[in-house]
Amino acid sequence: MDLYLALALQIVYGIANLVLISLGLAIIFGMMRVINLAHGEFLMLGGYTVVVSTNAGLNIWIAMLILAPLVVGIIGVIVERVMIRFLYGRMVDTLLATWGLSLVLIGLVTTIFGAQTATSISPPLGAIQIGEFTSSGYELFLIGVTAVLSILAYCALKYTRIGLIARGTMQGAEIASALGVSTSRTYAITFGVGAAVSGLAGGLLAPITGVLPSIGATYIAKAFITVISGGTAILAGTLSASTLLGGVNSVLSYITGPTMGEVGLLVVAIVLLRLMPQGITARLFRRSL
Amino acid sequence: MSTSRRTFLKGTAATAAALTAPAIIGKAMAADKIKLVSILDQSGGLDIYGKPMVAATEMAVAEINASGGLLGREVDLKMYDPQSSIQYYTQYATQAAASDRADVVHAGITSASREAIRPTLDRFKTLYFYNTQYEGGVCDRNVFCTGSTPAHTVEKLVPHAMKKWGKKVYILAADYNYGQIIADWVEKFVRDEGGETVATEFFPLDVTNFGPTIQKIQAAKPDMIWSALVGGAHISFYRQYAAAGMHKNIPLASTTYGGGNEHQLMSAEEGNGILTAYSYFQEIDTPNNKAFVKRFQDANGGSSAPYLNELAVRSYEGVMLWAQAVRDAGSVDRMKVIEALEAPTMFDGPSGPIAIEPTTHHATLNTYIAELKDQEFHVQETFLAQQPTDTMQVCDLKANPDTVKFFFENGLEAAGIK
Repeated sequence: MDLYLALALQIVYGIANLVLISLGLAIIFGMMRVINLAHGEFLMLGGYTVVVSTNAGLNIWIAMLILAPLVVGIIGVIVERVMIRFLYGRMVDTLLATWGLSLVLIGLVTTIFGAQTATSISPPLGAIQIGEFTSSGYELFLIGVTAVLSILAYCALKYTRIGLIARGTMQGAEIASALGVSTSRTYAITFGVGAAVSGLAGGLLAPITGVLPSIGATYIAKAFITVISGGTAILAGTLSASTLLGGVNSVLSYITGPTMGEVGLLVVAIVLLRLMPQGITARLFRRSL
Repeated sequence: MSTSRRTFLKGTAATAAALTAPAIIGKAMAADKIKLVSILDQSGGLDIYGKPMVAATEMAVAEINASGGLLGREVDLKMYDPQSSIQYYTQYATQAAASDRADVVHAGITSASREAIRPTLDRFKTLYFYNTQYEGGVCDRNVFCTGSTPAHTVEKLVPHAMKKWGKKVYILAADYNYGQIIADWVEKFVRDEGGETVATEFFPLDVTNFGPTIQKIQAAKPDMIWSALVGGAHISFYRQYAAAGMHKNIPLASTTYGGGNEHQLMSAEEGNGILTAYSYFQEIDTPNNKAFVKRFQDANGGSSAPYLNELAVRSYEGVMLWAQAVRDAGSVDRMKVIEALEAPTMFDGPSGPIAIEPTTHHATLNTYIAELKDQEFHVQETFLAQQPTDTMQVCDLKANPDTVKFFFENGLEAAGIK
């Protein structure tokens, strides 16, 4: 019984982990149709922000929850202003440009901090006991943060004026512009918010995965598969795809081993995209956010 | 601005001439230098291993030259950075052998890179040193493997840890050649000691979520964990293991932990109690090693110098061993140096005396078992002059000098070891 409870927690965490690493990418892709290949590096920068500021004496909670999204959000806005905005509507060009950006960021961080960084920050929460099993309290906290983040994103899109403008711009940029909305400002803010969410995710994951300049590469593939499988609806897409893929991955990892877990995730994604080429939300949950 | 074809050609010709001239002059001047080529990854995913190895290689060559060179000739060190890409390894190995006409090549971190360049260097008859701990099994008269193999480390640590903790072992390993073969060895040694392997799990190199495995470990209730996890992403395992409070319940032994300086990437509390075995630790308490560590730190930025692990020290000792063989042979001629190494040549290095075991061209060296405490390794047990008994089971270059084979390529069973 305890085993099943501990296992259920693992599955939920597996799902939350996917949501966390994909949400920033989903915001940028869903809203702006920009494929950001530097997404993994945004996560990595969030991680470095936490490591550097915590080692400098800042409280780890402030570093993770406030500083990391702030720093990476600002970087996101700068990137949008000097690079992305010239490339809207040119999918292949943005792909190349953001890939270049990712290489530059990896090189830059390696030059500044070296190839291996002393990341001796530990998860700030201890273990929790489930019967005779123990699990990480920090993972429970991450599940909570992911839930709050999803609810916040939903409320912001649904109930605020900015959310309305963002959704309007997403559906018809020209009409929104004719109604007096500054679409270029909306894009800059959206990109910044997407980057900030990635920064937050990177910062939160830093204590349990550690950071290296090249750590982004381990996230990017999974984040992309999740977002593409989810389709255009930012929240419904990310949540449904994460639940499916994360669930399959965790269960298979437990039953057979991590290699088959990864294989299972990819097979499900391929079959899914064959059946629903536009992603889950093009078929199901169609009018959701 | 327009450039006509003629001015363009003139310009390019002039530049080309200017670029090649120093190379020609350089070659003429270097004619009597001894050429040592090193191919080690200084960028890309393997740079955490490669950079300290490069620093140690540079230091060895600098020390040889400071003491008057070899046979009265200066040693010229040429470095290539293959950027963690196998394709560059073959390219640079060809360049080193055919164009640089290297007297010796010290190269390779992963077994894949070694296997990529070994045939090239064999074909060009260029002496080759592979200075990395690895899974054992290379049998090739042109090649010297100075790193520790499972017989040096795993075979010592398995009984030590089982005596301390118990007989049920749960193995975690990286899912590629090295991890698979090390897992084979661990299973074999556990069986030899009368223990039981309750499970063996393999992880692709980019896995960062170890949650399901940690629950499985708790359900299996082993007495100890054996980790052959490798690389940056896998460090997540040790963190998540500690975050779940498991490091206090089920202890962990490994002969890969520390090779990428993992112990400095984790807090003291997360790492305390981990047992490892290597043929070198920076903390080894001998005057020879203390002087070596001080020289290395002085040359590499004082306290910010990288921690010296086995990989870095093997690079240093590999070069020194070769240099001693050149002195013994009185020549850089390949066959004379090989015969001198088989004689065998000895070098008393920071890790202790090291010599080549002539039938396998692997090293006889000291190995150490150490426990991690507060981010430092404390040596618990020392084994003097250990032979590469794993490779000796399959390889005898004395009897069959023409063997050119990597015996453990397809695992231990294929090599006839059970």
